Amino acid sequence: MTLQQIYFGYFATMMTIISLLVVSRKNPVHSVLWMLVLFVHMAGLYLFLNAEFLAAVQIIVYAGAIMVLFLFVIMLLNLRKEEKEFRLQKQWPVSAVTAVLFLVVLVSILGKITVLPELGEYSIDMINAQGSLMTIGNVLYTKYLLPFEIASVLLLVAIVGAVVLAKKRIE
Amino acid sequence: MDLPITITLMDIRAIVPELTLICVGLIIMLLDLVVKKKDLVALAGIAGTVLALFGTYKLYGVTDTQFVFSNMFVLDGYANFFKVIFYINLILTICISIKYMEIEKSSFGEYYALLLFATSGMMIMASAADLIVLYLGLELMALSTYILTGLMRKQPRSNEAAIKYFFLGAFSSAFLLYGISLTYGMTGTTNIKEIAFAISTLGIADNPIMYLGLIFMIVAFSFKVALAPFHMWAPDVYEGAPTSITAFMSVGPKAAGFAVMGRILMGAFGDMQAQWVTVLIPLAVLTMATGSIIALSQTNIKRMLAYSSIAHAGYILLGIIAGTPEGLTASVNYLMIYTFMNIGAFAIVIMLRSKGFQGENLDDYKGLAKSHPVAAALMLIFMFSLAGIPPTAGFIGKFYVFMELIGSGYTPLAIIAIIFSAISAFFYLRIVVYMYMKDAEQEIVLTQSPTMNIALAVTSVMVLVLGIFPSFLLYFVRYSIMGY
Repeated sequence: MTLQQIYFGYFATMMTIISLLVVSRKNPVHSVLWMLVLFVHMAGLYLFLNAEFLAAVQIIVYAGAIMVLFLFVIMLLNLRKEEKEFRLQKQWPVSAVTAVLFLVVLVSILGKITVLPELGEYSIDMINAQGSLMTIGNVLYTKYLLPFEIASVLLLVAIVGAVVLAKKRIE
Repeated sequence: MDLPITITLMDIRAIVPELTLICVGLIIMLLDLVVKKKDLVALAGIAGTVLALFGTYKLYGVTDTQFVFSNMFVLDGYANFFKVIFYINLILTICISIKYMEIEKSSFGEYYALLLFATSGMMIMASAADLIVLYLGLELMALSTYILTGLMRKQPRSNEAAIKYFFLGAFSSAFLLYGISLTYGMTGTTNIKEIAFAISTLGIADNPIMYLGLIFMIVAFSFKVALAPFHMWAPDVYEGAPTSITAFMSVGPKAAGFAVMGRILMGAFGDMQAQWVTVLIPLAVLTMATGSIIALSQTNIKRMLAYSSIAHAGYILLGIIAGTPEGLTASVNYLMIYTFMNIGAFAIVIMLRSKGFQGENLDDYKGLAKSHPVAAALMLIFMFSLAGIPPTAGFIGKFYVFMELIGSGYTPLAIIAIIFSAISAFFYLRIVVYMYMKDAEQEIVLTQSPTMNIALAVTSVMVLVLGIFPSFLLYFVRYSIMGY
């Protein structure tokens, strides 16, 4: 086994285990804290893919900002009641069977992966030479300007929606 | 490395209709602060839509197919025709919602702004030439409709519908992204044209990973257009949402879903037609069966129309299965007709809602012909059209789809579709029987408003006119899709 395989194997296995921990913990705060660990591992995988900028964003945005929001929301909930109940819904055996079947499909195509010649203009060498931050910066406001602007409208809609659904009613 | 910014005036021109809708949406939100009468806000929304329609009209046919924003966005007859469907859907929805939202005590300016944003999302989907743009347009549409679904905050069923729609929608987005990433991994691009090119040059049409990516995308789109077995959300969401939004969702997102389905399947995965047809045929049969059979046992008209819209999605899919430009023409033609008849039917449902009276049970339609002959006659037209009975437009829509299907050699499938169509006639005609042959159990007060009457007049006239003179619309569709 090469060092790369060990690195990837560690992160992939850990992410699977941690994901199971996130959904199976009785205490929601524990779930959220495991999710924090999950996000850090995800950042590790991004590093493995030479995407150091994405790894940094993953830590800052997800592990930093979004996790705090999660904890805030959980503080507002009544935890006592949650803790007593079984965390999985009663249809979990069906879900489990579906998930296993899905795994079988994915594993069965694993052998069919053909390594194609390096595709696309953003090759690993090019990104290594330039750095992923610069590559993203170069295309974000030029080639990907339109998606970028659409995303801004999307965020606006999200804000409007949050306000509309949560504001105090004026009768 | 220095990259010049290469956005020209031509690029901006191409997205003027979308920009108009988004800007008017923003103006409406500001207007909402100063204008007390929400009717004016709604009228501003209609005015904005007409403005955007004018923009599309100016762009229509003036230019050939053109790609702008570094091949992210495409302007062609196909996209423009779908945009016209979205405009009609938006204007009719605003017309039928003004009075209704007041009765529901949920008349906010944001309601109209979100309708406009949702429509701009659909337009972006129809014009997407890149999977990233497609995904963002889809999310813009979906996020706005989730919020609109839950707008009646005090009604638990509205909240439930919004939550259900949101969770399942997020789940389907995950499938879409998984499909996109598998496709990107195999072809090295997210551009629809380049994917088609990569599939043919690399010879990976038989690759199971491409197949899996394709199936994941079909799953996501099936969710959006409510094809069985991905339709589970539809009855609950259609029932819980404000009725005007139900009308909006049963047409807009469905049309947008079919727009991208047509573009992705025929544009990007054209070489894999054999593969996607084998996936779509069982989906279509299952969808028509689910929609037609489960609708028989419904007692709530919104749920019944939800199953009816599921069945119609199955018929529309048949045109795509035919896999020819003519088949696509028939599907798009059907979508346009479906827009009028479905919104018309929902308009009548909305009219039955008055203060303190839901008017959603089938029993409420008993004896409607005696107390309100005009409304009953209009409902009769829409029900006949949905059932596909001549001389209404619904017949023409189904007729062309089945013709193209038989023309492409799928005769057994066409026969199955006709059988299910006959089954579905039962529950449409049951309403007609209730209205004309039963006695009223209670006094029904219809809620009327000028805009509602306009919407009803337009939809019923269009259903009849397109039923009697179908060639005009068909010519228009054919002309639009020609360049595609």
